[in-house]
Amino acid sequence: MRIEALFLIGIAVFFGIVGAVYWFWAYEQGGTMMLAGTTLLGLLPGAYYYWWSRRMKPRPEDRPDASIEEGSGVIGTFPNSSIWPFVLGMGLFLVVLSLVFGIWLLAPGFALVISAAVGVTVESRRGGTV
Amino acid sequence: MTVLAERQAVHDDHSEHHEGPTGLLKWMTSTDHKVIGMNYMVTSLVMFFLAGLMALAIRYQLLSPGGGIAGHGLSNQQFNELFTMHGSLMLYLFAGPFAFGGLANYILPLQIGAPDMAFPRLNALSYWLYLSGSITMMLGFLTAGGAAAFGWVGYAPLSEPTFSPGAGPDLWILAIALTGFSAIFTAVNLVTTTFYLRVPGLTMFRLPLFTWGMLVTAILILIAFPILTAAMVFLFADRHFGTHVYTVAGGGVPVLYQNLFWFFGHPEVYILALPYFGIVSEIIPVFSKKPMFGYKGMVFATMAIGALSTGVWAHHMFTTGTVLLPFFSLLSLLIAVPTGIKFFNWIGTMWRGQIHFAVPMLFCVGFLFAFLMGGLTGIMLAAPPIDFATHDTYFVVAHFHQVLFGTAVFAGFAGFYYWYPKFTGRMLREGLGKLHFWLMFLGFWLTFMPQYKLGLEGMPRRVATYVPGLGWQFLNELSTIGALIIASSFAVMLINLWVSWRSPVAAGDNPWDGHTLEWFATSPPVHHNFERLPPVRSERPVWDFHHPDAIALSHSNGNGNGNGKVRQPITVGSGSDGEPE
Repeated sequence: MRIEALFLIGIAVFFGIVGAVYWFWAYEQGGTMMLAGTTLLGLLPGAYYYWWSRRMKPRPEDRPDASIEEGSGVIGTFPNSSIWPFVLGMGLFLVVLSLVFGIWLLAPGFALVISAAVGVTVESRRGGTV
Repeated sequence: MTVLAERQAVHDDHSEHHEGPTGLLKWMTSTDHKVIGMNYMVTSLVMFFLAGLMALAIRYQLLSPGGGIAGHGLSNQQFNELFTMHGSLMLYLFAGPFAFGGLANYILPLQIGAPDMAFPRLNALSYWLYLSGSITMMLGFLTAGGAAAFGWVGYAPLSEPTFSPGAGPDLWILAIALTGFSAIFTAVNLVTTTFYLRVPGLTMFRLPLFTWGMLVTAILILIAFPILTAAMVFLFADRHFGTHVYTVAGGGVPVLYQNLFWFFGHPEVYILALPYFGIVSEIIPVFSKKPMFGYKGMVFATMAIGALSTGVWAHHMFTTGTVLLPFFSLLSLLIAVPTGIKFFNWIGTMWRGQIHFAVPMLFCVGFLFAFLMGGLTGIMLAAPPIDFATHDTYFVVAHFHQVLFGTAVFAGFAGFYYWYPKFTGRMLREGLGKLHFWLMFLGFWLTFMPQYKLGLEGMPRRVATYVPGLGWQFLNELSTIGALIIASSFAVMLINLWVSWRSPVAAGDNPWDGHTLEWFATSPPVHHNFERLPPVRSERPVWDFHHPDAIALSHSNGNGNGNGKVRQPITVGSGSDGEPE
């Protein structure tokens, strides 16, 4: 966890420095804003990971001498298959096309998006079939 | 005794159906990273071939000053649409998705011993958004005004409604937004998977270099794509909702578009390069029978390239006169250093190795030549005086085609030939593969080297015609012949795929004597990937497992494995289903 945290914090440090240099050299707002945003992108998850890495023992995948058995146990639930990503994708497709081909496409688009949102929620509670 | 369930997904109570539906429904509903990765690869290769046909049409038009053969050329509007869509398809819909949607989706979980991507349904949604975006972009050709015709960068004010009316540009903008979201979701998935689903013992500094490349690429996607999507939302609002973000008339700033676009666009160049560097870093050690030379140096070089690439966006805007030249020139030149480290380490890996020039290795060596040429001219273009002279000429066209052809095509097809046995369990024919390589290698140089000369003589890019009598026709003819040779090389590849499909040659699990964990899975891998895993004691666990005698020689570097002992693999499932006992 520690390497991951330092990796993300490194992003923040690098772009913090580059952003500061850029601001005091170029005095240009647009680029400075983008570099500041990039700094935050590294800092927020990096700080969170670092906070955790100080409070937990190294995971088996963080230790060079760990054996495969140490990874036993539940690591997550992985759905086998699901129709809802397809429904959601097609719904968003129609919503986007409605901006070009006419607002009426919003009706079937939103119908698909909402049904997919309901479907995927119910599916998670039931535990994932097609 | 079963030490079960390690790295094995825990099935819910429907696990007896875990093969899921079959046929077309399988491709639509599967959340398996392998099926989604295959969907991505097939779709992006279709896009690659369509964009290649567009390139042939462009080269046909430029065959003579009047356009085409005997005056049967394209109209200016058709030409503009074709070069716009050629660039857009290649960059947004082929080179990126082929790497981070196709190869990474398939290979990355296998390389780290994970059962699937961290968010399988989000992964599936990424694919459907990518497919919708591709269809949206191609729909432009069916509208009355034709497809977008403002170049793949879509600069404002050219992309404002005054100059680009019609539905084609709107569809282009929305397509970029859709594929942008798809890329962001994939990037979230890749980062989370790499951080949380590694197999025990696989520390960050033992990750395969392809996985490292994809991790840095995913971070770059998270930095760059939201800004592109924001730029597209502004542009769409300018076109339809009466805002004036990029229009001078309403107090907007046109050059803001370029700033936003290139803050995406330059990381994008490395989003299209780092995965392919990773592929090369996988293949060269395997076919040189050596561990990677300077592994940590490669990791830090990857990070450095990623970081620097985000600080150089305005080197595409030197001639606008609104950017700080020394800052961007300095950072652009600095990128040469980590890239040089990579070249040094690739050659250092091959140095005194037992090199086996199989097809993937040939493509990697071709990549080294192609990318070196593109990279060196890139250093030239990072110097503002040279950039001022060559901006918007064919010199720039030749430069970025050599860079991107080197990465996405040479290295991309190296990866394709390398992992094809893993995808299908079949081998591709070596002879046809070598014919593909040599034709492509010849065509590549013949196509792009004359373009450098054309650029230095002053031929501007994105023109459908040129003045006769300047001596440009011969060079253009050479370039067109080269493009035809490249096209014929891909016909050879299609024949190779056909032959492999009609009369399969079984590949086995580990045809290349590979180093990384994907070669421990079956070919193709089973659902949730692994039934057993070797102990991970170095950055090439599978090689260690198959060559226990060589461990003492190659890894006696204090990683606690210098004693030459290799443990037996641990069985993690009792049968193919892996039901817990």
